[in-house]
Amino acid sequence: MAGEFGNPEIVEESVDILLIGGGMACCGAAYEIMRWIDAAKKEGHDLSVKLVDKAALDRSGAVAQGLSAINTYIGTEQDPADYARMVSNDLMGITRDDLAYDLGRHVDESVHLFEEWGLPIWKTDENGERHNGAEGLPPLAEGGKPVRSGKWQIMINGESYKWIVAEAAKKALGMENIQERVFIVKLVNDKNDPHRIAGAVGFSVREHKVHVYKAKAILLAAGGCVNLFRPRSVGEGQGRAWYPVWNAGSTYAMAAEAGAELTMMENRFVPTRFKDGYGPVGAWFLLFKAKATNAFGETYMDRNKDMLDDYPPYGQAAVPASCLRNHLMLKEMREGRGPIYMDTVTALANLRETLSPREVKHLEAEAWEDFLDMCVGQCGIWVGENIEPEKKNSELMPTEPYLLGSHSGCCGIWVSGPTDVGAPTEETESGVPDHLPSGWNWGYRSMTTVKGLFTAGDGVGASGHKFSSGSHAEGRLAAKAMVKYCIDNKDVTPELDTSVDDLVAEIYQPVKTFLEHKDYTTAIDINPNYITPRMLQFRLQKIMDEYVAGVATYYTTNAEMLRVAEEKLEMLKEDAMKMRAKDLHELLRAWENYHRILTAEAHMKHIQFREESRYPGFYYRADKNFVDEENWKCFVNSIYDKNTKKWTCFKRAHKDLVDKSKLFK
Amino acid sequence: MPTFVRTDKCDGCKGQDKTACMYICPHDLMKLDKDGSETGHAMKAFNQEPDQCWECYSCVKICPQQAIEARHYADVVPLGGSVQPLRGTDSIMWTIKFRNGTMKRFKFPIRTTPEGSIDPYGGKPEADMSKIDEPGFFVQCNGYRAGDPSELICK
Repeated sequence: MAGEFGNPEIVEESVDILLIGGGMACCGAAYEIMRWIDAAKKEGHDLSVKLVDKAALDRSGAVAQGLSAINTYIGTEQDPADYARMVSNDLMGITRDDLAYDLGRHVDESVHLFEEWGLPIWKTDENGERHNGAEGLPPLAEGGKPVRSGKWQIMINGESYKWIVAEAAKKALGMENIQERVFIVKLVNDKNDPHRIAGAVGFSVREHKVHVYKAKAILLAAGGCVNLFRPRSVGEGQGRAWYPVWNAGSTYAMAAEAGAELTMMENRFVPTRFKDGYGPVGAWFLLFKAKATNAFGETYMDRNKDMLDDYPPYGQAAVPASCLRNHLMLKEMREGRGPIYMDTVTALANLRETLSPREVKHLEAEAWEDFLDMCVGQCGIWVGENIEPEKKNSELMPTEPYLLGSHSGCCGIWVSGPTDVGAPTEETESGVPDHLPSGWNWGYRSMTTVKGLFTAGDGVGASGHKFSSGSHAEGRLAAKAMVKYCIDNKDVTPELDTSVDDLVAEIYQPVKTFLEHKDYTTAIDINPNYITPRMLQFRLQKIMDEYVAGVATYYTTNAEMLRVAEEKLEMLKEDAMKMRAKDLHELLRAWENYHRILTAEAHMKHIQFREESRYPGFYYRADKNFVDEENWKCFVNSIYDKNTKKWTCFKRAHKDLVDKSKLFK
Repeated sequence: MPTFVRTDKCDGCKGQDKTACMYICPHDLMKLDKDGSETGHAMKAFNQEPDQCWECYSCVKICPQQAIEARHYADVVPLGGSVQPLRGTDSIMWTIKFRNGTMKRFKFPIRTTPEGSIDPYGGKPEADMSKIDEPGFFVQCNGYRAGDPSELICK
C-alpha cells in the first residue's frame, strides 16, 4: 500500500546493527564496522547493518559546512595522558580520564586516514614556512609536520572534509545499507527486558512512510542540542547558530526515554565568537596571536587576571578553563566596558613586520579561509559591514548556551569505558539506582547503561574535546564493540515492547491533530486545539533564556528561578502532545522540538541538583555562586522514567586516573 | 544569510527525481514547487524556512545551474555584500563583494584525490577477531599513541 498524508505506509525491517545519524561518529562506525563484520562472517556470524540519517551523508552533522582545523591531533610529541589532563582542566576537573585517554591514543589513526582519503592538511616545511595541504609535502603518517594553531589543533583546507569522510563511509558500508532522509524519533526497549534495546522507529521526510527497525545493537549518534535557548538573533538570523541548527538534542532525548543514564547534563558550552556570524576565534588567538580587548583597548585576560585565583586550581593552569576566560570577559560587559573586540588590526600589523609581501598575501588568504571553510556567514557580516580585518577590528560576543559532548562541553550519556587504564570498578557514592552498573566499564566500550545501546561523538558525556576527528574515532571504537556484543548475544531476538500500531500512531499524532482540527478556524496557525512546532520552540527558548541562565540574565539563575522553569517546562511538555504538523517537514520540526524539550528539562534538573556554580562564565547559580570541591567534585547523573515522565538525579564519584598536578607545575 | 533561488537560473533539476538542493540540505529547507502554487514559479526550488538556514552553503555549492545565492540575514547585516563560491572537484573559488564595492577573490584546495576515488579497504588488512577486545582499530596507520604507562596512576 502506498502511503498518504496521515495514513503512512509501514516499513518493518530487522537488522543486527543500526547506526542512527550521519555525522562524523556514524561515518567512523560505518568505516570500522564492515571489516569486523567480514571477519565475524568467517567465523560463522552473519551480521547485518544499516545506517539511517535524517539528512544526506555528504553534508550531514556538525561538519556539514566544512572545517578549517582538526582540533584533536595528538601527534608524536604528546602523550594521551597530556590530552586527558587538558580535557579535565578545561571542564573544571570533572571528566572521565578513561574515556579521554582512550580517545587520545586512537584519534590520530582517523586523522591519518582522512589525509590518505584526500583531505588537504597544512604543512610546515623545514624553514618554518606554512604550505596548504595540496602542495605535496609528506603526509602526517610519514612524518610530515602539521601547522599547529594550538597545542592540539592542526590547520586544514577543510571545505570538503565531510564530503571526503562520507565517501569512505558510503563505500565501506554500501549504499544499499544506508537510508537517508529518515528521521528516527524514538527508541524501543525489549519486551522481555526493559533495560535492553530492541529497535527504533522514525519516519521519512520525503515519503509517507514510517520505518520500524528491530535491532540487537544500536549506535545513537545524532549530535548535540542547539536552539533550546533563545538565540541572540531572533529574526532571520536565528538560523545562524554557532553549532548546527539541525542538532536538536535527539541523542539525549531518545537515550533518556530508553532509560539510559545521562551524565553532566548541567554542563553547557557558551562559546565566545565573532559577534552575530559566530565565526571561529581559534586561529585568530592561536595562529595570528590576536588579543581580545574591552572598548578601551585593555586586554581583559590581563586586567582581570586575579579573578582566576578565585577558582583554584582550574584558573591556574597555563591555559585556564574556557568558562573562566568567559568569566573574565563577562565582567567587562557587565560593568559597561563593552563591546569586546578581537584586535585583528594589531595582530596582522605585527605579523607583517616579519613577513615578505608574498607571505602577507598568503596570510590574508589564510584569515579569510578560516571563515570560508566553516562559517561563510561570518564573511557575510564582514562584507556587509565593510570589515577588512587588517583595517577594522571585529566584535566578539558570548553566544547563547549549547549542549554537546564532543566540542568544549561534556554533557551526554554515561558509557562503558576501556578496561586497561585503571578505571574504578566500584561506585563509592550512595544513591545510584540499583539496576545501574557500579564501575566505569561493563563489558562493551561505548555501551550505555541500556544493553545494546551505544553512543559516540556528542552522545558520550563526561569527556569532551574530541571534536571532528575524535568523534570519528569514537564511532570506530563503538563499532568494534557492537560487533562483539552481537556475537555474544547471538541468541537474543529483540522484541519490541510496544505494538507497531501504537508506535505509528504516536509518531503521526501531530499530523492527526492537524487533520482533525484544521478547519475549526480560518487562520491555519491560530487554533486552540493545537500549537505549531515553531511557537512551541519559541516558548521553550523563552523559558530557558529567562529562567535557566540564558543571555537575558547574563547566564544567571537560582533555585527559585529553576523552580519556576520546572513548572513551565512541565506544561510545555504536556502541550508538546498537541503539536500539529501540516506536512512532513513540520512533522520533522515537531519531533525535533520534542527532543529539545526533554534535553532542556535534563539540563534544568541537573543545574538544580548541583548546588554550586561549577562553570563560572557558562552559568551562575546566584544562590550557590562558588565552586565546592568538597561536596561537588563528582559527576551528576540522571535517569528518566518514560512512564511517569520524571527524572531522578544522583551523584557518582569522580576519580583521577592521570596526575592532574602536572598541569600546574 | 538565508539562501535564495534565482528564477532566471533554476530549472528544477529537470529530469531528476529530486533537485540537488533538496537532496543536500542538512535541515530539509529546500523544496521544489512543482505546480507554482507556493511561490508562483512552477518547477523551481525555494527555501521554505529561511530563518532556519545555517548558511552552510551546501545548496549553493551543489546547484548545477549556480542558481542559488545567499542574502545576508536581514535582521543583522547591512545590504549590498555577497559571498559566492564556485566549487570544483579539487578546489573552490570564492568571489567576495563588500557593501562598499571592494572585491576579493580566493581559491583554496578542497581535495588531493579525485572525487569518487577512495578505496576504503584497498591495501588494508582484514580485521583480526582475536584482537577485538584489545585497544586499536582493525588497521594501524601509524597514528596509535600507546602512551607512557607510568602516566596511568591507578593501573
